[in-house]
Formats: sequence, structure tokens, C-alpha cells
Amino acid sequence: MTWSDTFLGILKDNDVRLVSYVPDNVLTPLITGVTSDNYFMPVGATREDEAIGAVTGAYMAGLRGVVMMQTSGFALIANALASLVLPNQIPAIMVISERGTLGEFNIGQSLVARTMRPTLDALGIVHHTLTDAATLPFIVDSSIKQAYSTQAPVAFILSPLLTGGNPAAHAKLKI
Amino acid sequence: MSNERASVKTLNRTALTGLLVQKLKHDEAVIGGIGNANFDLFAAGHRPQNFYMLGSMGLACPIALGVALAQPERGVIALEGDGSILMGLGCLATIANMKPRNLTIVIWDNGIYQITGKQQAATAGLTDIVAVARGAGIANSEWVRDEAHFGKLLDRRFDDGGPVLLAVKIDDQPGKGQTPRDPTLIRSRFMKGLGTGRSGALET
Repeated sequence: MTWSDTFLGILKDNDVRLVSYVPDNVLTPLITGVTSDNYFMPVGATREDEAIGAVTGAYMAGLRGVVMMQTSGFALIANALASLVLPNQIPAIMVISERGTLGEFNIGQSLVARTMRPTLDALGIVHHTLTDAATLPFIVDSSIKQAYSTQAPVAFILSPLLTGGNPAAHAKLKI
Repeated sequence: MSNERASVKTLNRTALTGLLVQKLKHDEAVIGGIGNANFDLFAAGHRPQNFYMLGSMGLACPIALGVALAQPERGVIALEGDGSILMGLGCLATIANMKPRNLTIVIWDNGIYQITGKQQAATAGLTDIVAVARGAGIANSEWVRDEAHFGKLLDRRFDDGGPVLLAVKIDDQPGKGQTPRDPTLIRSRFMKGLGTGRSGALET
């Protein structure tokens, strides 16, 4: 089973149905899996903070959701986290495909990536970097359960060690 | 400026929010955007199905979309200012394509950032929110001509016929109420009003 199939299976096990996302190459197998499975309710968003808003509304109305985004997209949502998710104690599940490291070709990606973990740490948001298929199931399942039990958001960072990274980026690195 | 937009009457948000709340007969959820939109929602009389946004400017409509998708049988209304919707126009495209039939958006358009000192917004110039919404794909978007027209547009089921966007040209008056600045209280009461969450467990 691929890492993405495993991940989607854990979302199902935890009744996480709404998936709001801004596309990314590395996220493609997750998004394809979501849009081809009637269990999930995909919401293609135009910006990442919009996805956070949709997941917040859905949670309050009884539907669990997850936001999927790229590293640079995470850099757009600090205000939505600080002024909506955290003060309202919303267990927003976030999946961030990690760009900017381990073979990045785009200087902008490499720079914005430096803001991701410091932002999460500054806001006190629990985050886990997923590096291998063996530890993924325990980390993701237990952390989603903790998020809903403690009404706190959690972020899963998809390392290139897990996903293989962005294939287009690897091609562009050949200089 | 479009004829439609140029010919509408300037109305008052406080009065129209009161009118809207009177029309709600089926426990519709109302998401009050940051600032004056939620101040006037609170001033119209608290309802258990009200959510007052205390930050995250621009996210009233995305939050309302999430509520609408989670509870498709309940009417959901987002109240948002023109400055706020300008901050996240993309959500209109998302909503258009998701087609939530139970979602209504009301944009209070005074052409200014009233709360920060009445600086002009793009809506004071060439930007027509109804034209933007129609272009995004929300075909059922229109300017409210006057108070009677607003009342007529609200005499409908809010759980069907959407997405609908109503833009209202309003004056520069501030909102009249002040919500308690306690997000966890607001969230807990809202969830109780929607029949979700655990707040009932502690009530005697």
C-alpha cells in the first residue's frame, strides 16, 4: 500500500471526510484518492486560509475536515491560525507537503520553508514530520485522535523522505 | 458604474440585520463577519445559531461554506463587509463551484473600511461586488434596491435555491452591539445551537 493510501485510510478510520486543498505536485496522490472516493467531500480552495475557514465551519457543524497545502501555502495562514483556529479551539488537521529542502531548485521555496516550523512552534501547534511508511500510521492515527480529544490543531509535514519529493524539482536540479 | 449598482438606495446595516433576523424561522445558522457585520448581528438579539467571528478577516464566507456542507438541510447565511470580501474574493469562485443550495451571502457595502477610519475601499470606485460574484459563477447575485426589496428577497427558504449573494449599499454608520470577546464561549454556544459538540453534557 502506498503512503497516500495509508494516509487516506487513517482519515476514514477517524471520520475525517471534508478535504479542502490547494493543489501541489506531491499532494497529487492524496487529492486523486480523495476526488475518486465518494466517502470524501473534496473542496478545492483558491487559498489556504479559505480552506482553513471551510474546515473550521464544518467542524463546528459536526463534520471533520483536513486542509492539504504546500509549504508556501502554509505561509499564508498564520492569521487564520492565530485568530480563528487557536482561539476557538478548532482541531484543524493540516497536511503540508514539504518543499524547500532536500533538493529544492526554487530559491523562494527554500526561503519560505524556513518560516514553517518556527511559525508552528511560535503558535504552539503540534507538528510531526512524516519520513517513512513504517511510523506514519501510528503518528497520524494517534495525533488525529489527540487533536479531537484536546480540541487542538495538528500539522503533518510530508517530508521528501516519505514522498520522494517533487519529481519536477529533481529534474530541474540537473544543472 | 453599472445601472443596477448606481440606482440602489443607501440603507442601514443595523436596521436590515434586524429585518433579516426576524425572517429566520428555521434555526438558520448565521456567520457574522469581523467587525460591524457581527456587531449588528449581536445587536439584533443573540440566537443560538449565531457565530461571531472575532478575527480572520475575510473568512466569513468560507466558514459558512463549511457549515453549509456539513449540515445540508439547514439554511446558512454569511454576513460580510465589502472590505472583508475583497480580501478573499477567491472564495466566491469556490462557493460557485461547490453549489451549496443552502448558502446565502449578504455583503454590506459602504465602500469604506469603516472601523479603521473610513478609508475608501475598491468598492467605492469601480469594483462591483455583484458583477464579481456573477463572474465567479454565483449567477443568483443581485443588488438590493431598497428595504422592501430586501424583505422580499428574504421571504424564501434558506435551505434551498442557493448559492445566493445579495449586495446591499449601506451608509457609514458603525455597528450597534458588542459581542463578548470570548471565542470558546461563542464556539461552544454555536455548536450547541447547531446540535453538535458536547456543551449539553454539563448543563443541569
